[in-house]
Amino acid sequence: MNTNEPLLSVDRLGVEIGERRVLDSVSLEIGRAGVVVLMGANGSGKSTLGLTLAGHPRYRVTGGEARFAGQDLLALNVEQRARAGLFLSFQAPPDIPGVKNNLFIRSAVNAVREARGEVPLDAFDFLGEARAAAGRLGLPDAMLNRPVNDGFSGGERKRNELLQLSLLRPRLAILDEIDSGMDVDGLRALVDLVQSLRSQGTAFLVVSHYLQLIESLAPDAVLRLEQGRIAERGDLSLAHEIARTGFVRAAEAVEA
Amino acid sequence: MAQLEQEDALARTLDQSYRHGFVTDVESDALPPGLDEHTIRAISLRKREPEFLLRWRLAAFQRWLAMPPPNWAKLRVDPIDFQAQSYYSAPKSLQGGPKSLADVDPKLLETYEKLNVPLHERARLAGVAVDAVFDSVSVGTTFREQLAEVGVIFCSFSHAVEHHPELVERYLGSVVPPGDNFYAALNSAVFSDGSFVYIPAGVRCPMELSSYFRINARNTGQFERTLIIAEAGSQVSYLEGCTAPQRDEHQLHAAVVELVAHDDAAIKYSTVQNWYPGDEQGRGGIYNFVTKRGLCAGKRSRISWTQIETGSAITWKYPSVVLRGDDSSGEFHSIAVSNHHQQADTGTKMIHLGRNTTSRIVSKGISAGHAQNSYRGLVRVAPTAAGARNHTQCDSLLIGGRCGAHTFPYIDVGRDDAVVEHEATTTRISEERLFYCRQRGIAADEATSLIVGGFCQAVLEELPMEFALEAKALLSVSLEGAVG
Repeated sequence: MNTNEPLLSVDRLGVEIGERRVLDSVSLEIGRAGVVVLMGANGSGKSTLGLTLAGHPRYRVTGGEARFAGQDLLALNVEQRARAGLFLSFQAPPDIPGVKNNLFIRSAVNAVREARGEVPLDAFDFLGEARAAAGRLGLPDAMLNRPVNDGFSGGERKRNELLQLSLLRPRLAILDEIDSGMDVDGLRALVDLVQSLRSQGTAFLVVSHYLQLIESLAPDAVLRLEQGRIAERGDLSLAHEIARTGFVRAAEAVEA
Repeated sequence: MAQLEQEDALARTLDQSYRHGFVTDVESDALPPGLDEHTIRAISLRKREPEFLLRWRLAAFQRWLAMPPPNWAKLRVDPIDFQAQSYYSAPKSLQGGPKSLADVDPKLLETYEKLNVPLHERARLAGVAVDAVFDSVSVGTTFREQLAEVGVIFCSFSHAVEHHPELVERYLGSVVPPGDNFYAALNSAVFSDGSFVYIPAGVRCPMELSSYFRINARNTGQFERTLIIAEAGSQVSYLEGCTAPQRDEHQLHAAVVELVAHDDAAIKYSTVQNWYPGDEQGRGGIYNFVTKRGLCAGKRSRISWTQIETGSAITWKYPSVVLRGDDSSGEFHSIAVSNHHQQADTGTKMIHLGRNTTSRIVSKGISAGHAQNSYRGLVRVAPTAAGARNHTQCDSLLIGGRCGAHTFPYIDVGRDDAVVEHEATTTRISEERLFYCRQRGIAADEATSLIVGGFCQAVLEELPMEFALEAKALLSVSLEGAVG
């Protein structure tokens, strides 16, 4: 991989669901260990962008390109993208009844390890790592023995996403409203995890409207999506402005 | 593209190849095709049976002649020509009954080895005694002497007829009478071998008992009969496994299993059924028409059925419990997988006769391809069954859009104080769950088997540990590229 090439570069990406155009000529870049914040009104295409990059089968790419870690991202299937180091935290992570959380996460970690040519972790080694990671996130050990997200509260599901993030150590993590439903301790754990992964090179694309969180992430760029297009690009001050004036005012400001 | 790919991966997972489809080349002593009184006399003569058994068979045959095949199940069954098959086939080397395992034709031993059921001394399954039935006869039974030391009788049915005729005469047909249904009547007339278990009072059987049924010969049906008797205060856990070669024509398997549990006795009966299911177009495969019933004859007796049904072109079976003893309990735990053109109509009957009897039913049906999977269950509470309770949980999992799942619960309650609960769910392997797994790097095949494993977990936990892993592996093979 060319060291000058950004980790993720999206160029004029267009996406449709059925007949409806949901992303239109979206371009953005994120470098290694970079943080980009994505803002925008409901329905502006923030989640769509994350799901499209992760390869969700319902989102059809109609134009543009995306390169990730030196590869043509759009040519890879869902699991290949994940194994190449792309992680998406879900807004509403689904449950998988009967499948223990630790089995699920170990399967994921080992799938990624194998793709990297590393030896898979056995149940014992994995459990050690998982417990330590759960401890750092303030999750009880018992959570590892429960079925995936089954009966979890909204906040527990989000923390479980963070647990997977910390064990998978991806190159790029797309966090889709990870802060919603999470309490103060959860947010603190999130910020700590982001710092720690960033220091190891992980980049972040963060969908959030929570100014305090955005500030503590110290983003390299803030983007505002509107009706599937990137309407504004800026830095932390754009996030401040949006927080002050809301999306409607911001839209008017651009048109003026 | 991605959508198609996801479906492709599903299809691949489902596209298992049947791994037990080989044929063993042995010389057989077989009766010519056809079924009349002479056939039955010939079978009885070959097995040197006592007079009572021949008379019993002939009476069953007369009943059978007057019965129509059942047509109430949600199954499409091609007409079966009962005159076109052979009702007895035995490897020549086993003529005169099995001697010791040391004398058994190595080809037969090899067959069981390939099936992962080693019978020879060195490789015997630790802690599990095996009775191996090949077509119409028993090849041999392991650990027979060790079991005899504690008074447990575990042998082939033929051996029991010869050495314990009084037990056979007393219990044979006592739970499933010869005229019970069309296939039970047929079995009663022509059954050839099977397993026999007797646990004396107060004995907890020191090891798992198991039977392994193998159909090998062409155009031959397998009609085995299993009888398990648990005397007062005894306990036994029994497991059966089944496989057959891959052939283009359907083969008939019509077994009868009878269980009798006396006061405070417990019988746990587990099945891992992996008969050849037919090919992707629905050619060939076993017709599995089986009658299994347990009688909780004594107070506080317990009978539990666990079945993992992955094979057969058609499965028609309803392992049931008659709860006659006061405070007795019956359980049924089932996983039925049908793929391609397989059809399954399976479930249970819980007949509450005694006071304070309880029953529990957990059924997990998984359908994929063009398969149809029906749960059919009856809970009957007789007017005598004061304080009876039942809980039924019936879950279906659909993989793809062309298969079907159906639930037919029959509830017949003759008392006001009975508590009968029925819960049913139907789910799909949803795109969202699959996408979630794949986004974490887990391939679609593996994700499917993970989700199926989770769906089945509650039933898999009921299996003896030695077989739970095997069953899990079998499930993921059955649904490879498609559900624990």
